[in-house]
Amino acid sequence: MSNRRVFLRNSALAMVGIGAAPLWLKRALYAADAPSPRKKILVAVFQRGAADGLNIVVPHGEKAYYTLRPTISIPRPVRNLERQDAAIDLDGFFGLHPSLAPLKPLFDLKHLAIVDAVGSPDPTRSHFDAQDYMESGTPGLKATESGWMNRALPPAKGKVSPVRAVSLGPTLSRTLSGATPAVAVQNIAGFQVRNAEAAAEFEHMYESSNDPILAATGRETFEAVRILQSVQQQGYTPAAGAQYPRSQFGDKLKQIAQLIKADVGVEMAFADVGQWDHHVNEVGQRASEGQLANLLRDYGQALSAFWTDLGDRMSDVVLVTMSEFGRTAHENGNRGTDHGHANQMFVMGGDVKGGKVYGKWPGLEREQLYESRDLALTSDFRDVLGELVAKHAGNPSLKGVFPGYSPKFLGLV
Amino acid sequence: MRKTALLALGASVCLAIFPAIFAIADTTGAARLFTRDIPKDQRVQQALSRLTFGPRPGDVEAVNAMGLKKWIDLQLHPEQIPENPVLEAKLKYMDTLGMSASQMVRDYPSPQVVRQMLNGQMPYPTDPDRRMMIQKLAAKEEQRLQGKNGQPGPPNPLGNPERLRDLLTQDQIRALRTGTQQQRVAVLASFPPDKQADVIEALPGQLRQALFAAAPPDLRRKLEMSAGPAQVVARDLTESKMLRAIYSHRQLAEVMADFWFNHFNVFMDKGADRYLLTEYERDTIRPRVFGKFRDLLEATAKSPAMLFYLDNWQSVGPNAPQPRGPNAKGQKRGLNENYGRELMELHTLGVDGGYTQKDVTEVARCFTGWTINQPQRGGRFMFNPRLHDDGEKIVLGVKIPAGGGMSDGEEVLDILAHHPSTAHFISREIAQRFVADDPPESLVTRMAQTFLKTDGDIRAVLQTMLDSREFWSEGAYRTKVKSPLEMVASAVRAVNGDVDFAAPLVNQLTQLGQPLYRKVEPTGYSNSSREWLNSAGLVARMNFALQLASNKVPGVKVEAEANNQLAGIPLGSPEFQKR
Repeated sequence: MSNRRVFLRNSALAMVGIGAAPLWLKRALYAADAPSPRKKILVAVFQRGAADGLNIVVPHGEKAYYTLRPTISIPRPVRNLERQDAAIDLDGFFGLHPSLAPLKPLFDLKHLAIVDAVGSPDPTRSHFDAQDYMESGTPGLKATESGWMNRALPPAKGKVSPVRAVSLGPTLSRTLSGATPAVAVQNIAGFQVRNAEAAAEFEHMYESSNDPILAATGRETFEAVRILQSVQQQGYTPAAGAQYPRSQFGDKLKQIAQLIKADVGVEMAFADVGQWDHHVNEVGQRASEGQLANLLRDYGQALSAFWTDLGDRMSDVVLVTMSEFGRTAHENGNRGTDHGHANQMFVMGGDVKGGKVYGKWPGLEREQLYESRDLALTSDFRDVLGELVAKHAGNPSLKGVFPGYSPKFLGLV
Repeated sequence: MRKTALLALGASVCLAIFPAIFAIADTTGAARLFTRDIPKDQRVQQALSRLTFGPRPGDVEAVNAMGLKKWIDLQLHPEQIPENPVLEAKLKYMDTLGMSASQMVRDYPSPQVVRQMLNGQMPYPTDPDRRMMIQKLAAKEEQRLQGKNGQPGPPNPLGNPERLRDLLTQDQIRALRTGTQQQRVAVLASFPPDKQADVIEALPGQLRQALFAAAPPDLRRKLEMSAGPAQVVARDLTESKMLRAIYSHRQLAEVMADFWFNHFNVFMDKGADRYLLTEYERDTIRPRVFGKFRDLLEATAKSPAMLFYLDNWQSVGPNAPQPRGPNAKGQKRGLNENYGRELMELHTLGVDGGYTQKDVTEVARCFTGWTINQPQRGGRFMFNPRLHDDGEKIVLGVKIPAGGGMSDGEEVLDILAHHPSTAHFISREIAQRFVADDPPESLVTRMAQTFLKTDGDIRAVLQTMLDSREFWSEGAYRTKVKSPLEMVASAVRAVNGDVDFAAPLVNQLTQLGQPLYRKVEPTGYSNSSREWLNSAGLVARMNFALQLASNKVPGVKVEAEANNQLAGIPLGSPEFQKR
């Protein structure tokens, strides 16, 4: 590892405190990587409950935003950097919610891109329908059995790792369900048969089973157990002092980082984070208080720790976030918002052309809103995911991944 | 005959040497297996494996004593089988199982309904104890919303220690904190209802949860209530299903109830469906599992559960008298094709059954007006002519004249229930569940013929299947993998487990990938075994097997050899995963 890279990691850490980055720190450092046989890795994060995109990526340059949300809008950015309850300016029009301060250096370092006014074209405002459509990658079609990420796995070359596709949580997410074997891992430590003698006996029984499918599944299972247990036994300390928040989401990202760095063949990983459904008391008396601020503090810290922890390895990784739909442009009578339409997505990674907000901003004047109430859609979530699948994960056969739709790339990677 | 034998020999040689050919040769090989009878002494095993949730010790002898034919006949006529009194005793305290949806909404309200009761928009329940519990809950909810500095606090997982100090003596606090389960339960049971309710409210959440397993049923109910009354409805439903699978004497009826619920799947956690499922399963599905398909189809079409789940209750005809355009909430009201499509694709014809997108739209138009009166208050089916598109429709080539009103939908159900594609689709699904993942077309065809001849008589179709050679053939013997529900239920049955508290078993199903009543997609859980074979599921099955047999699953008592950690190995073996 060259001294320059070590310096990058340490200085990236130092940046978090100051909130500014020296101009000479450019992406070029990652481009200098020698061609690596290591596979590219795609991580998908699902914000369940319809995250309020308008208060996460604040359109502070839009006058209507403040008239539509008289009490729960995030104040315009201020010059005094120590004030913690105003938006953090990104590009003069958009800003970040103050609780996402840890992500600002990533944006400045051009490794974080944001896409706005993006989402699913289906008009449903049902959480479970919309999540279903976004995870299956086929808005409007309920019968799709598999998830987009499972279909996105490029055809396997050579020996296939049984942990190629990992879904963090007790059940295999919809996103990763499908024909290609994927593993649900609640926690790495627990992925084993709890009695060693019994485990050995079981392994022998499955191997000698005359049912070929059971035998194959048994083989795959015990290989996955071996791999995950060896990862577990190596122990894990996040690198460069990265501090994941002590939450379910922080824990999931930490385990994904652990698996990636253990080089066990992970190509696709999925984690979700819930409780974004803020109908009531979304924002407190100050922007840095309230349900959304609390959630974003955890969220931002986890994403930033993931970045710091992976360090140079982020040159192989892209992390993308999504939520089933956004929320109403106007606030409701309970200091909250109701179900809306378009939302935002974050795209983070070494190869990402970050440092800007992508997508065409439709505006928040009444005639510009979807059904006179929500942020209108100008990009499809499949435009973002399609580009990442084709250009980052290296699977150009998008017809199979997003049937019935031709993604229009935004130039994110 | 000799030619076939030679061919079979040749094929098996090829199978041994050329694995690649296996895939091609396999189909003919597999088809042949359906013509080879299993030996007589395996027939009882086959019947028990396929028609129940797994044999218990002594079942084989009991069936032999009665005679297999008689046993099967009885299972097809469950009303002639007295139900297991053990089961009835275990279900007794689950009062929601007997309630109507509207009663449940009042007696076990969701937070929104509690708020409505607080605001006087909805009456409290009439039962004084119940009313008191809910008022306490409402007060707690109100306090939480006020919170500190006008900020709502999260529900405090640590409970309210100050309040406990007010209510209890030192000894009582010590018993609750560090006593055995029995001691803790004794402390709680010693209080009069009002004080008991206060103490329960103030307990830390984890302690409350931990007491569920040890508490007697009525105290358990109160503990569950204070953790959230809306949860109780879901718990009763999921736990009763697990208990029925394990203890019911009417096993085939239970298997069919599972089959039909899955076929007409509804997702419990979609809004109002939480309160509509109990009625759905009890009144719509269960009474009709062996009857005429047309009746079952109509009952589901009119059920609030299905109308809500597939959004038909909100569907408004393009030419309906009701004014279109956004309603007060700004939601566009128009034709919703969800039910129309799933009715044909999943409930009757099947995706290749010969309908077009135009048919979907026309069917959807027929069902406009089929709605629910007050779904969020456990409402009933209602036909609302103001939502109905009364124009002429053409469905699958049949002209339905204008002005039909509610009979439009009835006619669609008639067309679909009698369609040859439906006969085939339903027969194949049944065969997939009971015979093999890839059932022989010869059998499916004969079952479909019975379906058409008997006007969709499900019992008759099952009889055709049970009289068939294929059902009792090598191709059908121990060739399916158990679903998680089948695995857990059969494991508990195999060890004669005594289930006092079924929730941990229900949670186990989530670990195994089959959360009960929580399949999001209307397709329901697959009848094909392959869905269940994945690494995480297999690890979970093995761990569960070991836990169960060494008496370490909470709520279940098993006679375990002391210190034998390996007793569960047979339950986690590949053989036990098959049925």
